[in-house]
Amino acid sequence: MKILVCVKQVPDMASKFKPNAANVWFDETDLAFRMNEYDEYAVEEAIRLKEQLDSGSADLVVLSIGPSRVVEAVKKALAMGCDRGVHIRDDESYLKDPWQIASLVAAYAKGEHFDIVFTGMQSLDRGSAQVGPTLAEALGYSCVTTVIGFSLEGGVITAKRELEGGAKGVIRLKLPAVITCQLGLNTPRYPTLPNIMKARKKEIAVFEVAELGVENPRTVTERFFAPVKKGCGLVLEGEAAALAGKVVEILKQSTIVLRGQP
Amino acid sequence: MKALLVFEYRRGKLTEANLELLSFASGLGAQRSGVLVGEEALLPAFEGRLYLGDIAKCKEYDPELHAEIVLQATQQENPDYIVFIHSSYGWDLAPRVAAKLKIAQVSEITGLSDGKFEVGCCNGKMRRLVRPGTPKAVLTLQEGAFPFAGKSEGTPEVETLVPAGTGSGLEFAGYEEAEKRGIDLANAEVIVSAGRGVGKKENIPAIAELARRLKGELGASRPVVDAGWVEHYRQVGATGQVVSPKLYVACGISGAMQHLIGMRNSEFIVAVNKDKDAPISEVADVMVIADVMPFVAALTEKLRK
Repeated sequence: MKILVCVKQVPDMASKFKPNAANVWFDETDLAFRMNEYDEYAVEEAIRLKEQLDSGSADLVVLSIGPSRVVEAVKKALAMGCDRGVHIRDDESYLKDPWQIASLVAAYAKGEHFDIVFTGMQSLDRGSAQVGPTLAEALGYSCVTTVIGFSLEGGVITAKRELEGGAKGVIRLKLPAVITCQLGLNTPRYPTLPNIMKARKKEIAVFEVAELGVENPRTVTERFFAPVKKGCGLVLEGEAAALAGKVVEILKQSTIVLRGQP
Repeated sequence: MKALLVFEYRRGKLTEANLELLSFASGLGAQRSGVLVGEEALLPAFEGRLYLGDIAKCKEYDPELHAEIVLQATQQENPDYIVFIHSSYGWDLAPRVAAKLKIAQVSEITGLSDGKFEVGCCNGKMRRLVRPGTPKAVLTLQEGAFPFAGKSEGTPEVETLVPAGTGSGLEFAGYEEAEKRGIDLANAEVIVSAGRGVGKKENIPAIAELARRLKGELGASRPVVDAGWVEHYRQVGATGQVVSPKLYVACGISGAMQHLIGMRNSEFIVAVNKDKDAPISEVADVMVIADVMPFVAALTEKLRK
């Protein structure tokens, strides 16, 4: 069985984001990048499936698109247990819309005949939630999104979709399929030191964007900016005890919570 | 300009967010029509044409059949925009419709600006201004971004559509209920919630102690529940409970949209976070910029006196 897992590298969301020179995305200077959290669940689920299938019969490929820094995310997935890596080299991936990204993955995946593709339900930075289903459309695969439960038995996938309010929809489907993973699907493993060493020997194939062919974008970003703060909330800074004192006073004045207390 | 609104039906009900589609269409100044996979006895109230696909024929979840109904309605109506709510239904179906029509999709719109769309990015911290690069586009709206004031009225003119295809080959095997045991946070007057910023499971009792001091309940954000630090029935957010207490204290919660949906209607919100720009600051009445645990300890101590 051939399994593909698609990962994106994104900045730490606690970072301060500044617009880049073109004012259409963030400036990467000083940002620390890591694997998109949703994709970590996708990698873990793919590895669990490979383990269930008995490692010998499964071929598990991890793919990422972007500049050379994304090789770190590929290496992490290899250290977690993927068999080989694919790096679609693109210094301008941040300018591509989800349609273009999905088309690049499809251009690579078409000839490979993967049985199943895992990816995160969305990225933390762009957050469109489009790439998974769009890829499925391009490949003609079935697709279930926002999956928090997955099993494969007798060629049939049982996937649980997370719905609003905490209920789940249970879906059964056949291969080939694209599964987009929601947080909480599993507990992603940490790569162990021996596995990190082993991963160094694993192959990472490099493709240039031009070889795969780029589609025209379907959306245009005109500007990247910080939202205007709606509420004029009070911002308090300082030392913990003094802050606590201020907050108690505010709660007494503005809420009924501490009424009746001196 | 014409907007085709994709209404959402789940488990015998129309979802409340449907009203936001109407509000968005008004904001856009668009002539509206609707499409619904649901039942004839339960229609959204508005004046205009409604294309109806029968839920029994299209099933509760079959993206191919649902997409086909939307495509049929699109063909008849020829709208400029096909609009979904960015919900588990919308973000699943919208990209399929956009791909089949080979048109742009703009996801999770938070606002309108000169006919262009503002969308959230960087986990809700930043925004992009986006315009479709194709004449028609699929749009999804962030839940809560286009609130509808008052009550929608009217009776749509129904046109029934029947899918010709056989569907996705997916089998919908039913629903699994959310865990019901535990407490109902919806009745709590005070909720003190722990987020990832509390650092580790061992810090949860200190947050629970603060909740007790404020005569409230412990709540949690999704990552904390996923990590097994707090029980699922205490999760506040789109996939947990939606709450509106008199006081909500968010400890180390950055404020992903999933969480904000669950608590932004609280009467008074205090957020404690190291990051001044965390999206929770958009809804907080008081934003305390501090290391979470020392502040929580200090506040608990003050309340003990």
